[in-house]
Amino acid sequence: MRRFIRTHGTESALFGVILIISIFLSFSTDNFFSFGNGFDLLNISSVNIIFAVGLLVVLIAGGIDISFAVGASVVQYVSVLALGTLGGGGWVSGLMIAGALGIALGMLNAFLIERFRIISIVVTIATFNIYFGLLMFFTKGVSIYDLPEWLTTRVVLFEHQLTDGSWIEITLPVLVMLVCVVATWAFITHTTVGRQLYAFGDNPEGARRFGINVHAMQFIAFGWLGLMSGIGGLMQAHYAQEVVPNALYGRELDVLAAVVLGGARLGGGKGSVLGCVLGVLLISITQNGLNLMGVSPFAFKMIIGAIILIAITLSNAPLERMMRREGRGK
Amino acid sequence: MALTDHTLDSVRPLLSLQNINISFGGVQALKNVSFDVLPGEVHCLAGENGSGKSTLIKIITGVYQPAGGASISFDGQSYDHMSPVVAQSKGIQVIWQDLALFPEMTVAENIAFQTVLGRWPRLVNYRHMRELAIQALDRLGVLLDVDAPLKSFPIAQRQIVAIARALVGEAKVVFMDEPTASLTQSETDHLLNIVRTLSGRGVAVVFVSHRLAEVLDISSRLTVLRDGGLVGVYPTAGMTQSRITELMTGKTFDNHVRAADRTTGSKVLKVDGLTRRGEFDSVSFTVREGETLGIIGLLGAGRTELALTLFGMSKPDSGAITLNGHSVQFQSNRAAIDAGIAYLSEDRLSLGLIQPQSIADNLVISSLHKIQKNGVLSDSRKQQLVAGWIAELGVKIGQQGDAISTLSGGNQQRVAIAKWLATDPKLLILDAPTVGVDVGARAGIFDIVAKLADAGLAIILISDEVPEVYFNADRVLHMAQGQIVGTFDPRSCTLQDIEAAVYA
Amino acid sequence: MTRFVELFQNRLGRELAGPLLALLAVLVIFGLSSPQFFSQATFGSVAFQLPELGLLTLAMLFPLLTGGLNLAITFTANFAGLTLAWALKSQGGLDAGPAAMVLGCILAIGAGAATGLVMGLVLAYTRAHPILVSLSMMIFIRGLGEFLTRGGDISGFPDFIRPLGHGSLLGIPVPLILLIACVALWHFLLMRTKLGFNTYMVGSNIEAVRYSGINTRKVIILVYTLSGAMSAVAGIIMLARFNSVRVGHGESYLLITVLACFLGGINPFGGFGRVLPVFVALVVLQLLSSGLNLLGANQHLATAVWGLLLVGIMILRWVASQYKSINTSKG
Repeated sequence: MRRFIRTHGTESALFGVILIISIFLSFSTDNFFSFGNGFDLLNISSVNIIFAVGLLVVLIAGGIDISFAVGASVVQYVSVLALGTLGGGGWVSGLMIAGALGIALGMLNAFLIERFRIISIVVTIATFNIYFGLLMFFTKGVSIYDLPEWLTTRVVLFEHQLTDGSWIEITLPVLVMLVCVVATWAFITHTTVGRQLYAFGDNPEGARRFGINVHAMQFIAFGWLGLMSGIGGLMQAHYAQEVVPNALYGRELDVLAAVVLGGARLGGGKGSVLGCVLGVLLISITQNGLNLMGVSPFAFKMIIGAIILIAITLSNAPLERMMRREGRGK
Repeated sequence: MALTDHTLDSVRPLLSLQNINISFGGVQALKNVSFDVLPGEVHCLAGENGSGKSTLIKIITGVYQPAGGASISFDGQSYDHMSPVVAQSKGIQVIWQDLALFPEMTVAENIAFQTVLGRWPRLVNYRHMRELAIQALDRLGVLLDVDAPLKSFPIAQRQIVAIARALVGEAKVVFMDEPTASLTQSETDHLLNIVRTLSGRGVAVVFVSHRLAEVLDISSRLTVLRDGGLVGVYPTAGMTQSRITELMTGKTFDNHVRAADRTTGSKVLKVDGLTRRGEFDSVSFTVREGETLGIIGLLGAGRTELALTLFGMSKPDSGAITLNGHSVQFQSNRAAIDAGIAYLSEDRLSLGLIQPQSIADNLVISSLHKIQKNGVLSDSRKQQLVAGWIAELGVKIGQQGDAISTLSGGNQQRVAIAKWLATDPKLLILDAPTVGVDVGARAGIFDIVAKLADAGLAIILISDEVPEVYFNADRVLHMAQGQIVGTFDPRSCTLQDIEAAVYA
Repeated sequence: MTRFVELFQNRLGRELAGPLLALLAVLVIFGLSSPQFFSQATFGSVAFQLPELGLLTLAMLFPLLTGGLNLAITFTANFAGLTLAWALKSQGGLDAGPAAMVLGCILAIGAGAATGLVMGLVLAYTRAHPILVSLSMMIFIRGLGEFLTRGGDISGFPDFIRPLGHGSLLGIPVPLILLIACVALWHFLLMRTKLGFNTYMVGSNIEAVRYSGINTRKVIILVYTLSGAMSAVAGIIMLARFNSVRVGHGESYLLITVLACFLGGINPFGGFGRVLPVFVALVVLQLLSSGLNLLGANQHLATAVWGLLLVGIMILRWVASQYKSINTSKG
């Protein structure tokens, strides 16, 4: 346990903060500490967690992606149109089409980065504008409400009414989210290619001399994020029961903040799925708690912004001083 | 005095390269070089920066391909060229100077990283990795926490991890690129023990360095390269660092002791009982006008830490600093600079100069007030100031606007010295001023230092190379474990006296 | 001629070649494809639209040169606009006098500078990444603005503000004059002051700059404070142009400012880049969107074309560097 706290500092700190907030909320509100609310939280956070674990992989490999959220919007729109021409489709074909489209968009980023040696932030800011501009241009900003029936039907995998009358529900997005989280975790910690991604992000030159196929790394990382953003996009459409072209616009920065809050490092080589999930949960729990406490929704973002700002200030400040002391001791 | 052929005949070489030629952009980096390594021997590969050492290693490890006509044989097999994968699988391992490790990963994963190589994903077997790592460390006789992240260890332990990684690959020959550059004496001793162990097991070790004093004892042969060509192969018995230097540069250096009596000048700096916990303890000395005070100390002796305190970048816990008769306490290095102290960093590449930026900007950065006209930076004043110093110190440059990184180490160091002279210092602290400077260019640096001292500047010359301070300082302080443990006068002692004290 | 070219490059910087080429291309292509392109209307619309994006881009430029980023600029602009609006409202709204306006502008710029100051302090004293610090500041400011306005518009300002957004002086739109003044100020700061010099140096290697006796914390704090203040100027112009303030106004400019800077040759890692090429890049972007407008496309297509342009320029730079390295290796 102590070892875990030492090697997983950020995750432990986040867990502590979440615990403190939860305890505070369960005393100050009536229904925060209820199963119903807990599962609600999971349902709400699913899409962001799917995006977050995808982005995590790119950050670990030393890149950054601004375009994935509008990419997911493109995927939503195109998938729904494609499913329409295929005569409706179903979950299997839907997920396959969305996943493939997402991968294709991610690969385009990777191609530009790898082939022309442009850094990822420049490429993805460009593709962000390209994807979003083209999407809005061709759709004229028109939303699709007429989705296939299977996509809009809520799939409840498990439900149970508690004695207090509230419901526990596990819906499809939660299941998909869990699959994505476990798959990403297994991929980056338990496969050789996942470890190569860490190594590449940590020390690209070292990785190259070691004989890692560094050309493939960007494609794998951005491909994985593409897959996640495709799946996440479809889940968002399912959750919202409509496809609005600019619904995910701006989501990229929220997710980025959550992932980095979870301990991933801009620059590569560091980050964990657990931290990433906790980062997203911290933000949604805070939001949920503020809601239950009756705080004006307009104040949510302000408080969350302040929390992130304080968290990163604190988590970076003492570390530096400690490291300097350590360095001096040698 | 090249080695006679009978040694080569009696043992078949493990690795042998013939006719190695390679060019980059029209410049021939290696000319008809041959090189061989015997099984289990400890071999030194010496040469200045740019002599072709690294290129040769990169050919041996398959990073570069030699031109046609080359022949490479390793362990009884011949190759036209190597590839990184073949080289590693056959047992050729390199410990690069920057170690090429992964700081965020655990020790075990770093050591056994090759088990996760390969194009197609497989499951990672962490237990197997741990076993391999513990085995490899065992063979080195080292105990490390294999589950801790590598970043929690200092550089010496990381080097051991890099060696252990080479051993996991069932190495037959290990190349060590400048392995002692960042090690303290005791760490170097430990490394040499490890090398002996390896050699005893039949693993050949090749030291690649321009500074071989420490490793000469345990190695048997020396190959010297100069300007991409082979100078010769020599037995190390009886070889000295100065002889190696001659071979590397093709010049003989007529070193003479420059020390003189400087007790007449006024005291510029007086340090009394200066202490900073964990770094240095009760350090006292004076430096006079026109005097060059040498401070010799190995890595970890506290020499750089002392310099940074004098330069105002860290505060002493106790003790006093007196500059020109006034007691001073600096709040920042800016205050120290304004008071007349300049500090040339030991790490020119990342702390001394701003590599991507221009020669001119690097030169003026610490004295911007001098290039102002009516409170505004003036290009013409900048050009004038820079041109003046470039001429004064004889720096060879193309244009003032070229990036400093385009200059050779020696010329870069001259610019760095000019940058500090432009601040009109009274005391110049030179911390390892010849690191990364070719041997041939070092004399030029010290000529400048001597001229500055003659002009009345007080100089502190910090180094870990005994000859440097012996020949160029008026007085030498020996620093070890944060304390001044001895004082030498080069006029009344020999080089060997100081060496004996330092390497004791 | 070569001397002229050399002089040109030394004075204006090599980065100018790309944007100027793009400018020429845009002028030729639209000039040929649309007869109305070279008209008062086109250039009028460019001149009035350029300033908001331009001022925000200037705000982004300084942090980018240090190797950082300020993602809070657009909401800082809104926040400064709110401050000004509040000052005007408290002094009588429609009947507020010029004194209230001046005071409001000072307060607005102060508010913008304050957000920058906070980011600068955090960045100077911790190792936090600029993307993260400015991102959380952005979320905070946006939240604060939404909280204060409840997501609505604030309008009803005195008439004399209108010229600031819509007026012309000697035929040149007032906002454009302001932008040009700010461009000149930024150029001066970067080229002629210690702060500018140190900004470039910090962008390349902050530790080496610290070892050179420069107070790097002061540099970082000043850079972000200036960035915040310039965002505020943009916010004031936006208030005057829309005659209202709403949190979210200009939000879509955020990443466009980064795009414009990269297009203008700012090095993504920091340390290199000049104001003038960025200004030309801005003109190119604005001409592109106006030209596309004339051809019947909307702003969204223009956005996509902006993205394509950035990719195109980056690929061209790559090609040029390949060509250069082939040439040097031959010689």
